[in-house]
Amino acid sequence: MKPSTAGWLFAAPALAVIAVFFALPVLAALALSLTDFDIYALADIGNLRFVGLGNYLGLMRNPLFWQALGNTFYFVLVGVPLSIALSLAAALLLHSRLGVFKPFFRTAYFAPVVTTVVAVAVVWRYLFHTRYGLVNWVLAGIGIDPVDWLGDPDWAMPTIILFAVWKNFGYNMIIFLAGLQAIPEDLYEAARIDGASRWRQFLHVTLPMLGPVMLMVAILTLSGYFQLFAEPYVMTQGGPLQSTVSVLYLMYEEGFKWWNLGNASAVAFILFVIMATITYGLLWVARRKGAE
Amino acid sequence: MHLRSTIARWAAALALLLGVLAGCSRQDDGRTVVRFWAMGFEGQVVAQLIPQFEREHPGIRIELQQLPITAAHEKLLTAFAGDALPDVAAIGNTWVPEFAAIGALAPLDARLASGGIAPVDYFEGGWDTGVIDGQVRAVPWYVETRLPFYRRDLLAEAGIDAPPRDWAQWRDAMAAVKRHVGPERYAILLPLNEFEPLLNLAMQQPDPLLRDGGRYGNFRSDGFRRTLAFYKDIFDQGWAPRVANTQISNVWDEFGRGYFGFYISGPWNIAEFGRRLPSDLSEAWATMPLPGPDGPGASVAGGASFVLFDGSPRKDAAWAWVAYLSRPDVQARFHGITGNLPPRRSAWNAPALRDDAHARAFREQLERARATPKVPEWERIATELRLVGEEMVNGRLTVDEAAVELDRRTDAILEKRRWMLDRAAQGQGAAP
Repeated sequence: MKPSTAGWLFAAPALAVIAVFFALPVLAALALSLTDFDIYALADIGNLRFVGLGNYLGLMRNPLFWQALGNTFYFVLVGVPLSIALSLAAALLLHSRLGVFKPFFRTAYFAPVVTTVVAVAVVWRYLFHTRYGLVNWVLAGIGIDPVDWLGDPDWAMPTIILFAVWKNFGYNMIIFLAGLQAIPEDLYEAARIDGASRWRQFLHVTLPMLGPVMLMVAILTLSGYFQLFAEPYVMTQGGPLQSTVSVLYLMYEEGFKWWNLGNASAVAFILFVIMATITYGLLWVARRKGAE
Repeated sequence: MHLRSTIARWAAALALLLGVLAGCSRQDDGRTVVRFWAMGFEGQVVAQLIPQFEREHPGIRIELQQLPITAAHEKLLTAFAGDALPDVAAIGNTWVPEFAAIGALAPLDARLASGGIAPVDYFEGGWDTGVIDGQVRAVPWYVETRLPFYRRDLLAEAGIDAPPRDWAQWRDAMAAVKRHVGPERYAILLPLNEFEPLLNLAMQQPDPLLRDGGRYGNFRSDGFRRTLAFYKDIFDQGWAPRVANTQISNVWDEFGRGYFGFYISGPWNIAEFGRRLPSDLSEAWATMPLPGPDGPGASVAGGASFVLFDGSPRKDAAWAWVAYLSRPDVQARFHGITGNLPPRRSAWNAPALRDDAHARAFREQLERARATPKVPEWERIATELRLVGEEMVNGRLTVDEAAVELDRRTDAILEKRRWMLDRAAQGQGAAP
């Protein structure tokens, strides 16, 4: 037996699992996205039409799809940097030697991650209530007019971003904390001897040493945030004026509310291509900078 | 120790499993088992009606399965795909066309001809929701329609003595209430996340909502545009706040606080308002028929209906269950348990319903309720109606633009239906 055959044999169980549970469904979804599969086709397969790229072209012409894409990018472009910055800041605070009650804060910051989205979203909806919410009450106390957080199309997405960031930053914080603890203390010592300020130490020691961790966190957060669904589903149902409809929310409605599975598969594929492209681009940039 | 406790746990689990299996086999007593699926609260309490039926029909046992309302549609479709539908179910009226289109529903005309259920006793609109292409596919279980709940005291303070009967009077009443309550409160609540208020107002026009046998939208008709203009004006005048239901604390509290004077809703809110409003307000609210363009108008006939599934081998036994639940005395009892409104006029002779002042407006309104267009795509079209309506009242579309946009979206949704109808027509033409 050739060594390469043995290698394939050993890998075969894992490859079979990947083929059955990943490759096959993806190919089936791709095939589905080229048809107009719906409840009529469910009743009688004779009602199925092969539409080629029709679903994709239809999406390109659908303003709601572009709005959903725009909303999702808005959420990702604002939410991901905000989430990473907040996680890093919290991690730095917890890592700092000056901090007190560290275990308490570590738990407190991480707590939102383990709560249930639906339950917490309901609480947030009360907090951000226009007339009875705590947030507007506090704002009124410092003389700011009430904001219609979830009812104004311009404010709904920022509110959702705030909620998502608050909910998720603890997870990345823990990863950053591990990364920070892995940086050897003598690097800071050397920098201090060279006369580097705290800020310089952060820029030239902490950040470069966190490079690989940063890359991983960025990829995880990006792919998570592109799949925005539960927050608008619970808090706004895509409204007001569809300003919080995300790509995944659109897919859910097409697929499971209206049973246009062909169309829903096309949406899923476009999202898949976008996420794969962006992740690949991120890796490419990181590789060029030598962070990987 | 550890191993022994594990074994003990497994033994207990096994014993439990055997017990369950034995329980199953013990119930196999030669009776015909009819599997019945019902949704939500009704699905829960209908269990109380089973014992009497099983006494009257010793050969039949009802196996009740309750579905959560939000997942019912999906579960029924999944069951259809997996060939696991029950014998009989109560489904939403608007789902009947869809399940009829996929061939899941058994025709009921022959069974009705044998008597027991008299179609003439039913409110016309409610009965009509189950008639697809001239064939009866569903029998109403309970009906609902939407009409305004209003604050009598607020209207009286604003100088309105009798509830408005037509749109002109309604506008006067809303203007008066708004003048009276000031800028912080409103005359009416029309939640922007519901399509029902706008749809009910649209049903009052003589023009059908779809044309050419449900092939195209008919939203550019004069009648529908009149409805759109009336609806938009309510917001433009500041009589209704531009809010969704999720943005107010809840309708009951806000109704009690007088945040709005009118609220278009269904019969379940009779009980809810009765229970949730403070007792000093118990006389302060009432229901009224839905005002139409010229005098009391139509509304949507909603509710749930019984259907028999075509694949069931136990349709006779299932029909006996439907006939039992459709009896006026059983319907009156069901109303007593749930507060749901019966679809048969004779059931309304029961004292509990006849003497209920709040139900009276519904009794009158149900005579005028009408079925929505019977195409499987209707729910989706109604959702687009809501979305376009929301854009319109927010000033992004004019009335005419909204009508055109709604027709465009509807025509796109109905594309597959047109293709299937054309193909069926061609197939008939080609056949010898």
